[in-house]
Amino acid sequence: MSVLLSAHGLSMHFGGVRAMNNVDFAVSEGELRCLIGPNGAGKSTFFKCLTGELKPTAGAVRFRGQKIDGMLPHEIARLGIGIKTQVPSVFDGLTVRENLWIAASRRHRGRAANRAADRELAHLDLEPIADRMVGILSHGQRQWVELALVLLAEPLLILLDEPTAGMTEDETQRTAALIAEINKTVALIVVEHDMPFIRRIAGNITVFNRGEILVEGHAEDVLKDQRVRDVYLGKRAA
Amino acid sequence: MTNSPFRFRDRIVPQIIPVVVGGALLFGLPQLLDLFTLLQVTLYAIMAILALSLGFIWGYGGILCLGQSAFFGLGAYAYAIAAINIGESTIPFALALLLPAALAAAFGYFMFYGRISGVYVGVMTLTLALILFNVVNSTAGPEYHIGKAPIGGYNGLPNVPGLNLPFDPQAQLDPVATYYLSGGLLLAVFFGLKWLLSTRFGRVVVAIRENERRVEFIGFDARLHKLAAFTIGGALAGLAGCLFCVWGNYTSPVIFSMIQSAQVIIWVMVGGVGTLLGPVLGAVALSWLTAEVGMQQLFDANLLFGAVLVVFVLFVPRGLLPMLTERVWIRLARSPPRAPLSHSVTASGGSA
Repeated sequence: MSVLLSAHGLSMHFGGVRAMNNVDFAVSEGELRCLIGPNGAGKSTFFKCLTGELKPTAGAVRFRGQKIDGMLPHEIARLGIGIKTQVPSVFDGLTVRENLWIAASRRHRGRAANRAADRELAHLDLEPIADRMVGILSHGQRQWVELALVLLAEPLLILLDEPTAGMTEDETQRTAALIAEINKTVALIVVEHDMPFIRRIAGNITVFNRGEILVEGHAEDVLKDQRVRDVYLGKRAA
Repeated sequence: MTNSPFRFRDRIVPQIIPVVVGGALLFGLPQLLDLFTLLQVTLYAIMAILALSLGFIWGYGGILCLGQSAFFGLGAYAYAIAAINIGESTIPFALALLLPAALAAAFGYFMFYGRISGVYVGVMTLTLALILFNVVNSTAGPEYHIGKAPIGGYNGLPNVPGLNLPFDPQAQLDPVATYYLSGGLLLAVFFGLKWLLSTRFGRVVVAIRENERRVEFIGFDARLHKLAAFTIGGALAGLAGCLFCVWGNYTSPVIFSMIQSAQVIIWVMVGGVGTLLGPVLGAVALSWLTAEVGMQQLFDANLLFGAVLVVFVLFVPRGLLPMLTERVWIRLARSPPRAPLSHSVTASGGSA
């Protein structure tokens, strides 16, 4: 598998705070990667460096061989990186259908955009709420609307920041199934805290701690690792 | 739902109604009204164009411009100074759109590409209008002139030539023709904006109002869309300024003033932010009210404006039009399901 996205020596410092320090990271095409780590470990900062919201202090990010650090968010989006943010980032004052139309219209013009939006409505079972304002939907439903927006851009890599946050058990299961389906064609990087969910979607895991990568590997191996347990559960002071 | 432009394409009948009403008003009013009243209506139409310029960028683009009078005034002065110099109105008319558009584009570039948003845009645009007001206000001496035209300072610029047919200085437009032009341009601006909001550009502008970050994640350049919308707003305000100057054959620095900017905001707010018809109704109704109040000496018109603003902010925060349409919609949408409910209530009441 060829490398889709890679980061070399990526650092992000805010004044004296080293949110992320010298991170080397690579994801292959079609891979499913989970990012875990305690709060403040640098996961969100890492995502923001990938989407162009932050310009890294040092280091380089390459997407399909092209240097993307320093590019603007909309330019990176056009190359094929989509992101679902932690708090659903959707258009609250528009209906579900209108939300999807906006996303569809980037790649399709006129009626083709309507058709693409309709397809995605059906795909994610959003048809019953298609004409509702997104602002009045439940948190879980808004997550799905945002997922639809991301999918409509037809990205090659999707970043999911806590996709199951605020979802019911039923919704979480559907999300896990959906992630597996998406992963047939698209590479994914998923930030999650929900361990059963991570076991369910089981891919490779990268553990962040204090702005650095602690350990990387297969799900079962990583979750058994004593160091991972220590950073998550807290280590007794020696 | 009134702030959603997406339904526009789906319904044919609601599209035809405003065309018919607008056309009927445009051609009917001159038959019904005397010349004095027609002149007043011309002024209302001009102010409605100004209100639409802000209604578009604020209501749909989410750009709160507190200094829309900067572009309104620049349109008036660009027209006046060019018309006095050239003695013909075709090029001045074009300049009255182009110069404010250029100012909006330049100013907007630094704001939007500098990632300034929200209330800071309001402060900066307000400052721009105040700077123009002070500059123009303090150029009364004869040494301040552009070509043949003195800038006039606080005295303003009297005797500005009226509009003529393109490239024919002899064919001056009389007040009735100026009415038709202003009314026709109002309709053109109204339906032009309605069309624009149904295009992808317009929809993305609305989406930016809702969530700029997501628009960029989808892959649209939010800065460019905001800049384009702001520039269109500047050009339309300039058009209104030009017509206003033609209407009175006069312009003065007051046109740049804070009161002028505030008036537009109140028109849009009272009429309904996020609609197109709202700003038009707000501008017409409040301009009419200003004229009526101006005829008496008991109290100041601005006092009334203040009261109107307070009442609307407190009781009708979304504006007149959204409130009215909502009432109508609720009645239309809810009356069928309500009917069987009331039947069952009376039925159970009868059995009890």
